[in-house]
Amino acid sequence: MDLLNAFVALSNFVLIPAIAYGSQLAIGALGVTMVYGILRFSNFAHGDTMAFGTMATIIATWGLQSMGVSLGPLPTALLAIPVGIAACAALVLATDRVVFRFYRAQKVVPVILVIVSIGVMFIYNGITRIILGPDDQRFADGERFIISARDFKEMTGLEEGLAIRTTQGITLVTAVIVVALLFWFLNRTRTGKSMRAYSDNEDLALLSGIDPERVVRVTWLIVAALATIAGVLYGLDKSYKPFTYFQLLLPIFAAAIVGGLGSPLGAIAGGFVIAFSEVAITYAWKKVLEYSLPESLAPEGLVQLLSTDYKFAVSFVILVIVLLFRPTGLFRGKAV
Amino acid sequence: MTDRLRAVSLFALVALLILGTGVLQSWNSALLILNMGLVSALMALGVNLQWGFAGLFNVGVMGFVALGGLAVVLTSMPPVGAAWQAGGLRILAGLALGAASVVAAVLAWRRTSGKMRGWIVAAILLVGFFLYRAVFDAGVEAVEAVDAATSGYLGGLGLPVLLAWPVGGLLAAGAAWIIGKTALGLRSDYLAIATLGIAEIVIAILKNEDWMARGVKNVNGLPRPVPYEIDLQADPAFVERAAGFGLDPTTASTLWVKAGYALLFTVVLVIVLILAQLALKSPWGRMMRAIRDNETAARAMGKNVTGRHLQVFILGSAICGIAGAMMTTLDGQLTPTSYQPLRYTFLIWVMVIVGGSGNNLGAVLGGFFIWFAWVQVEPLGQAIMGLVTSGMAEGELKRHLLDSVQHMRLLTMGVILLLVLRFSPRGLLPER
Repeated sequence: MDLLNAFVALSNFVLIPAIAYGSQLAIGALGVTMVYGILRFSNFAHGDTMAFGTMATIIATWGLQSMGVSLGPLPTALLAIPVGIAACAALVLATDRVVFRFYRAQKVVPVILVIVSIGVMFIYNGITRIILGPDDQRFADGERFIISARDFKEMTGLEEGLAIRTTQGITLVTAVIVVALLFWFLNRTRTGKSMRAYSDNEDLALLSGIDPERVVRVTWLIVAALATIAGVLYGLDKSYKPFTYFQLLLPIFAAAIVGGLGSPLGAIAGGFVIAFSEVAITYAWKKVLEYSLPESLAPEGLVQLLSTDYKFAVSFVILVIVLLFRPTGLFRGKAV
Repeated sequence: MTDRLRAVSLFALVALLILGTGVLQSWNSALLILNMGLVSALMALGVNLQWGFAGLFNVGVMGFVALGGLAVVLTSMPPVGAAWQAGGLRILAGLALGAASVVAAVLAWRRTSGKMRGWIVAAILLVGFFLYRAVFDAGVEAVEAVDAATSGYLGGLGLPVLLAWPVGGLLAAGAAWIIGKTALGLRSDYLAIATLGIAEIVIAILKNEDWMARGVKNVNGLPRPVPYEIDLQADPAFVERAAGFGLDPTTASTLWVKAGYALLFTVVLVIVLILAQLALKSPWGRMMRAIRDNETAARAMGKNVTGRHLQVFILGSAICGIAGAMMTTLDGQLTPTSYQPLRYTFLIWVMVIVGGSGNNLGAVLGGFFIWFAWVQVEPLGQAIMGLVTSGMAEGELKRHLLDSVQHMRLLTMGVILLLVLRFSPRGLLPER
C-alpha cells in the first residue's frame, strides 16, 4: 500500500484534468444558462459561438505572433482574447438585431426560438469554416508545463509524477476570475440587478422601468465574452477544431440542465459534476488501485468502466437521471 | 392560387430542377439527386410525423438513421461462422445479462419503497454491470481476433437485403421506445437535448463495437437489391438494348442500376406517404393535432397524451430507420464516421420547416428541394467564386477563397432556414 503515490496518480490523471475540463464546461454552461434565463430559450448555436470567438482569437494571436509580441511563459492567446470577445460580441449583437429581435417582439413560443437558433448555428458553422477551415489548429505557445512529471519526481522522490500543464493552471485562474466578476456584476451592479429582475419576472421588471432591449444587449455581450473565454481555454488545453466545439454542446447543456437552467451557480456545479464523472468513468483505475490496495487485491485488468469514446454517454446518463428525479436541476432552475 | 395548384407547380419546379441537372450536367448526377431526394423525403416524413403532427422536438434523427444502416449489416451480410464459434454466444449471453440487470433494477425500483430503495437499485446495477463486463469482454476479444483484417465481427443473418428495410424500421422503433419511455413527458427543449445525446451515443456504439459492424473499419460490399454494373455490361442482350438507345454500355449500366433504386425507393415513399396522409385525415390525426395545439385541453378531454406521444415518436423514428436502411443499401457500405449531426439531423429539420411542417406533401417537397440545394450549392458557389477570383493574382488568398466554397452549403442552409422562418413560417406548402 502506498497511499501517497496513489493520491499523486489520482491527481495527475483524474483530479487536475477534471478540474480544468470542469472549469471550461462551467464557463460554457454559464453562457447557455444566461441566454436561457434572460432570453428564455436553449441556444443551440452556443457551441458555434464558442468556435467563432476562438477563431477570432486565434487569428489575432497569429497577428501578434507575427509582430513578435509574446507573453513570455504564458500563451500569447491571452493577449488576443479581448479581440476575440469584441469580434464575437459584434457577431451575436448583429445576430440578435437581425434575427432574434423579430421573434422576441412577436413573443413566439420558446421552441420556435430553438429552431431559429439551429439556423443561426448553420450560419456560424459556415462562417467559421469558410474563414479558418475545418481542420485542427494549435495556437498554444509559451511554457508547456508549470511542473512537469519528471521535475516533480526529482523534487519529491516519489514514484509517480505529477504534471500540471500551463493551460490547466491558466484555465483554473481565469475561471475563478471570470466567475467572481460575473457574480459581482449580477449581484452588485445596477445593470446586473436589473438583469436578475428581468429574469425573475419579466412583467414586473418592465413595470419598474427596466429597458428590456438594454438587458438583452448586455446579456449577449456577457454571453459572447463567456463563450470566447470558454472556447479559448478549451482550445489551449486540447486543440481547436470547429466540429469538436459543436460536440461540446452536449456536455455543456448537460451541465446547465443538471445545475438547473437559468441558475448561474447551478451551471458551475453542473460543469464540475459532468467533468468529474466523465473523467472518472472513462479513466483506467488500475494504477491508483495498485497503489492503494494491498498486493493480494491488486486488479488484473485496466479497471476502466467505459472506453473514452463513450464520454458522451456519461453526460447523457447523468442528464437523464437528474431530469427523471429532479427535473428542475440541482439548484432549482426555472421552467419556461 | 389554390393549395392544389401551388403544390403541383412547386413539385413541377423540383422535377424541372432535377431534369435540368440531367440535361446540363449528367443523367447520372440527376438520378443520384433523385435517389437521395427520395430518401431525404422519407426522413422528412418521419420528422414531420413527430414535429408536424405532434409537436415533438426530436433532434436525434441521425441516431435512428444510423440504426437503419446497422440493420442492413445485421440482416443481409453472411454470418461469420468462425466468429460465432469463437465468442458469439458469449456476447449474446453478456448482452442478455446486461439487459436482465436493467430490468431487475427497474422492477426493484417499482416493487420496493423506503430508504433502502436507491441503494438496492444501485447495488443491482453495479453487480449487473460487472457480471456483464466479465462475460461480455472475453467474447468481444475472441470475436474481434477472428481474421481482424477482413472480418472480426459476427456478420449478419444472410437474408435478402430488402428485408433489412423493415428491420431497420423495427430497430429504430425499439430504440425510440426506450428513449420515449424515459424522455417523453419532459419539456420540449429537454427532449431535444436528450435525443441529441442518444444520437451521439448510437454513433459512438457503431464506431466502437467492432464485433457488431466492424466499427470504424466499415463494412463494405453490402448485398444489393439491383444487378451489378459489371454483370450488366457482360450481358450481350443489355449491351444491345443500350446501343438501341445510343448509349455506351458503361453509362447505360450505371443509369439502369440507379433507376432500379429510384423505382424501389419511390414505391416505399409512396406507401409511407399514403399511410401518413390517411393518418393525418383520420380521427387519430385530428387527435394528434389537438394534443399538439393544446395539451391541457386534450388531456382534459380524456386523451392519453403521453401514450399518444410515445406512439407517434416510435412511428416517426421507425420511418427514419427505414430511410437510413435504404440509404445504406444505396451506398453499399456502412461507414459510421460519415454520420454527422448537421447533415443527418439538422438538414432534415431544414427540409421539414422549409417544406411546411404539418403537411406531408410539404415534407416530401422540402426533402427534394433542400437536397437539391445541398448538392448544387457547391458547384454553383465554385462557379461564382471562380468568377469573383478570376481577376485576382495567384496566391494564398485566392486559394483560400476557392477552398472555402465547400463550406458554403452550411451557410446557405442556415440562410434558407432563417428566411423561411421569418417570411413564410408555415413553409412552402402550409398545413391546411
